[in-house]
Amino acid sequence: MTGQTCVVVDYGSGNVYSVLHALKRIGVDAYLTSSHTAIAGASRVILPGVGAFGDVMTKLRETGLDEAVVRHIEAERPFLGICVGMQVLMETGKEFGDHAGLGVVPGTVERVPEAVPGLPPMRVPIIGWHPVQPSEGSDWADTPFPQEARTPFYYFVHSYSVRPADPGHLCGEIAVEGRAIAAALRKDNVFGVQFHPERSAGEGQRFLQRFMAF
Amino acid sequence: MRNLRVIARLDVKMGKLIKGVQMEGWRKVGDPAEFAERYAEAGCDELIFMDVVASLYGRNTLVDTLKETASRVFVPMTVGGGVRQLGDAETLLKCGADKVAINTAATQNPDLVNAMSETFGAQATVISIEAVRQGSDWHVMTDNGRNKTGLSAVAWAKEVEDRGAGEIVLTAIHTEGMGKGLDLDLVRAVSDAVRIPVIAGGGLGDPDHLSALIRGTQASGVSVAQALHWGRVSMEDLRDVLRAEGCSVRDLVEGPA
Repeated sequence: MTGQTCVVVDYGSGNVYSVLHALKRIGVDAYLTSSHTAIAGASRVILPGVGAFGDVMTKLRETGLDEAVVRHIEAERPFLGICVGMQVLMETGKEFGDHAGLGVVPGTVERVPEAVPGLPPMRVPIIGWHPVQPSEGSDWADTPFPQEARTPFYYFVHSYSVRPADPGHLCGEIAVEGRAIAAALRKDNVFGVQFHPERSAGEGQRFLQRFMAF
Repeated sequence: MRNLRVIARLDVKMGKLIKGVQMEGWRKVGDPAEFAERYAEAGCDELIFMDVVASLYGRNTLVDTLKETASRVFVPMTVGGGVRQLGDAETLLKCGADKVAINTAATQNPDLVNAMSETFGAQATVISIEAVRQGSDWHVMTDNGRNKTGLSAVAWAKEVEDRGAGEIVLTAIHTEGMGKGLDLDLVRAVSDAVRIPVIAGGGLGDPDHLSALIRGTQASGVSVAQALHWGRVSMEDLRDVLRAEGCSVRDLVEGPA
């Protein structure tokens, strides 16, 4: 990765330890930073996130990191948002009231559909390993997903999921008790995953490695 | 397809993996990080670490064990033992825990459940319930089964769900470490009462016990300790049961070289 920098955005999110270690395992010397110039100018940026949408946005805004992230994305460099780090790409989050997101991808973040007529109830949070399928119209070409015909399992833990206004921005999904739940977004150089590649063992490391090669 | 997680549970004391019978008579088994790595590579879906002496700070603590494990094991970890306040949970989350389990502190100060859920999210807020059968009911115990709380397991499970918990790790003390099967009545009673995931533990000693759990309850996962540590069942045995029972089983994919 000579000449390439991958930064992990530091705004007090809990899961950076495992993200950095997973990157280290695949030989990527990523660093954790809250420097606006480092983030806006990095070759690649990873935005981790756990907890509530509103809290994450508040922390990003208070530190001005929201603008740095958007500047990086506008420079058309590769970006990966993980879990709530993906959800904040949307315009609006509906967890504990309405909260404005970064607005990079049109659409909302809403509670997963617990009660659906004709379907058994589902337990929320969704927690566990789920096979991810390409969304309709996406063939995963030129994405960090496996490039061979294979269904990857990744680890999920969430109660809210993204609803892009343009279904073309959906890149992968899972099926839980008969419901299709968004698993990944793609808009140009911007990727977002609801699952945790840093916690998805070898499969997750392969995902991160392909993101580094993107 | 049913999704049921197989979770290796590691009880630790002063940096060592230990195992006892009915939460008493602990014996040292080995290095927790080594066992964790082995289970993760063999396909366990998650790990649970519980510090039985609740030593969060000082030397040879849970934090050291956690950091060491998180640097080499890449499956999710639930960590508990000695968490009394928000700051303790934050320490664990920053050192590689994905979820934090509380028991004693929650029974003494139920508002801590709300506070954890609001601060770190429901997905990181796990309530460990240690229950012992009393007639047709189950009583909630703390401190590895030593102290009574006066709470009924089912009522307590509902309360912590209302307070924002995202998962319950349910251990039957009367079957724990015996290897004679789980208390399916307890698992049914609790998992039918709540809509959050329930992880059942205490007593799995044979792969058939997992079949019985899958068929007889709505459990979202099983925690296995002694049977794995002593090699009575293997992760592959348990994954075979999942396949045979029609549950989804994650593929084992090696990381990049």
